[in-house]
Amino acid sequence: MIRVVHSVTILCPIDEVFAFWHDLENLPRFMQHLEFVETNGRSSHWVARAPAGQTVEWDAEIITDEPNRTLSWRSLDDASVRHAGSVQFREAPGDRGTEVRVELSYDAPAGAVGVTVAKLLGEEPDSQVRDDLRRFKQVMETGEVVKSDGSPEGAGRGALEQRAAQPAGEEKQGRRKPGPSDESTREVRP
Amino acid sequence: MKAVCWTGTRSVEVQDVPDPSLMNQRDAIVRVTSTAICGSDLHLYNGFMPTMMKGDVLGHEFMGEVIEVGREVANLKPGDRVVVPFTIACGDCWHCQHDLWSLCENSNPNAALSEKTMGHAASGAFGYSHITGGFAGGQAEYVRVPFADVGPFKITNGMSDEQVLFLSDILPTGYMAAEMCDITPGDTVAVWGCGPVGLFAIKSAYLLGAHRVIAIDRFDYRLRMANERCGAVTLNYEEVDSVSDALTEMTGGRGPDACIDAVGMEAHTHGFEYFYDRAKQAVKLESDRPIALRQAVLSCRNGGVVSVVGVYSGLIDKFPMGTVMNRGLTIRSGQCHVHRYMGPLLQRIQAGDIDPRMVITHRMPLAQAPEAYEKFLKKEDNCEKVVLTVS
Repeated sequence: MIRVVHSVTILCPIDEVFAFWHDLENLPRFMQHLEFVETNGRSSHWVARAPAGQTVEWDAEIITDEPNRTLSWRSLDDASVRHAGSVQFREAPGDRGTEVRVELSYDAPAGAVGVTVAKLLGEEPDSQVRDDLRRFKQVMETGEVVKSDGSPEGAGRGALEQRAAQPAGEEKQGRRKPGPSDESTREVRP
Repeated sequence: MKAVCWTGTRSVEVQDVPDPSLMNQRDAIVRVTSTAICGSDLHLYNGFMPTMMKGDVLGHEFMGEVIEVGREVANLKPGDRVVVPFTIACGDCWHCQHDLWSLCENSNPNAALSEKTMGHAASGAFGYSHITGGFAGGQAEYVRVPFADVGPFKITNGMSDEQVLFLSDILPTGYMAAEMCDITPGDTVAVWGCGPVGLFAIKSAYLLGAHRVIAIDRFDYRLRMANERCGAVTLNYEEVDSVSDALTEMTGGRGPDACIDAVGMEAHTHGFEYFYDRAKQAVKLESDRPIALRQAVLSCRNGGVVSVVGVYSGLIDKFPMGTVMNRGLTIRSGQCHVHRYMGPLLQRIQAGDIDPRMVITHRMPLAQAPEAYEKFLKKEDNCEKVVLTVS
């Protein structure tokens, strides 16, 4: 059983921060291990990326939904992955924005799926969640996940597997002309 | 494009690397026209900064022409001439909103690396190891500038590169060092290190009303610059037994009202103390040699301010904390909040209060960067500041 708790302060009004989390389909924008989440009312379908190109899927439902205070969800009883998450929101003192406290747990079943699930958050689940929250803060405050030459995917697994801090650029000849459909720069502000 | 790459301790090469491209929609690509080698680049060159990788593009003092902007950058357009702050700041987080730009909470994607050793992370920076984000630097023909809607400072008054280039780091850093001293009339300020930051700190201390500035170094040509170009009284530490005693003597027994450390982690001195710190640093029992800092603390008058802008990377030994506590000293420090100072300091340059060109001793093409690093390190040919011209 993996259980991780972390907090982050976001310089945005509490209703904005809550609304962004409340739409679970936003989570893959900052949670690196998620491929996508599809919601339908209180129920949702989750697809996560595991190492070696594998994916795991499960269904979940929202169990607590108190606007601007608490949001929690858990996987359905017959799901192959037992996953639960809860987020507490509260106003930070003074002009400091919103404190967000996140608790996530994954319970791996026995067998092959279990091994994959156990690897969902990598070798250091604690660091992964902390980096996910860093990305969450970046998306909320600046509109994008911040990237560098050394960490072209932004905060996260890459931090320990740095590339040299020089432009990656596939083509060495001449300057690239990025168009509106350029995948690497497609990010939208919340 | 051509770029100056770190290839190991005491080794840099001008290599062909890919051109940068936009990675975020708040980026700009700048064609660099002038860049400079900073004293803090020598810490990288000498291998004292952790988390460097072979191939890292160096350089955090640069300016040039905007050639491309991301969708979210409304304030710049191709053709604009800009100076870029060496620290990267988002402008949106609590620290940016409170004018503490070098403590930006969002600009360092590798903040986790920094949190492990420093507790919390500071902002990202150009060309300065992976612990500050792994951003390629500006000693190159082109550079990607993140948060270009916040950082780059437009130059529209027709001033030359050499007049405004140092707004990127060393002029604001020297100015902030003096500003942190809370100078009042009659104050004597002592400045350790007469490199370019030290010289700008001296000049700034006078602009902020210091009665007298004492400049401390061991190189005659640097002390001469401090005296002739900035008006400082000089003290060659190799010619005295004790810097503290000399300063006490020079200040009627009080000690300087404020002390600025513009040296940082690779300080020198004579005698046992140097060999103690050098040996501990060599075997990594101590990451930094805090010799200038110890002297500053011991010399400062009771209740005075010690202002630290010399770069430290980690841990120091034998720090006289008892002196700090019992004598009521205030230590102030930080990487410069460059964004805060660019506008006001451009006005100072325009008004003729300060001419940043006074620190330049060498102008060389980018292609000669390896030679320039070596010259600057060895202080050959009275080297104080090298500007690399790019196009």
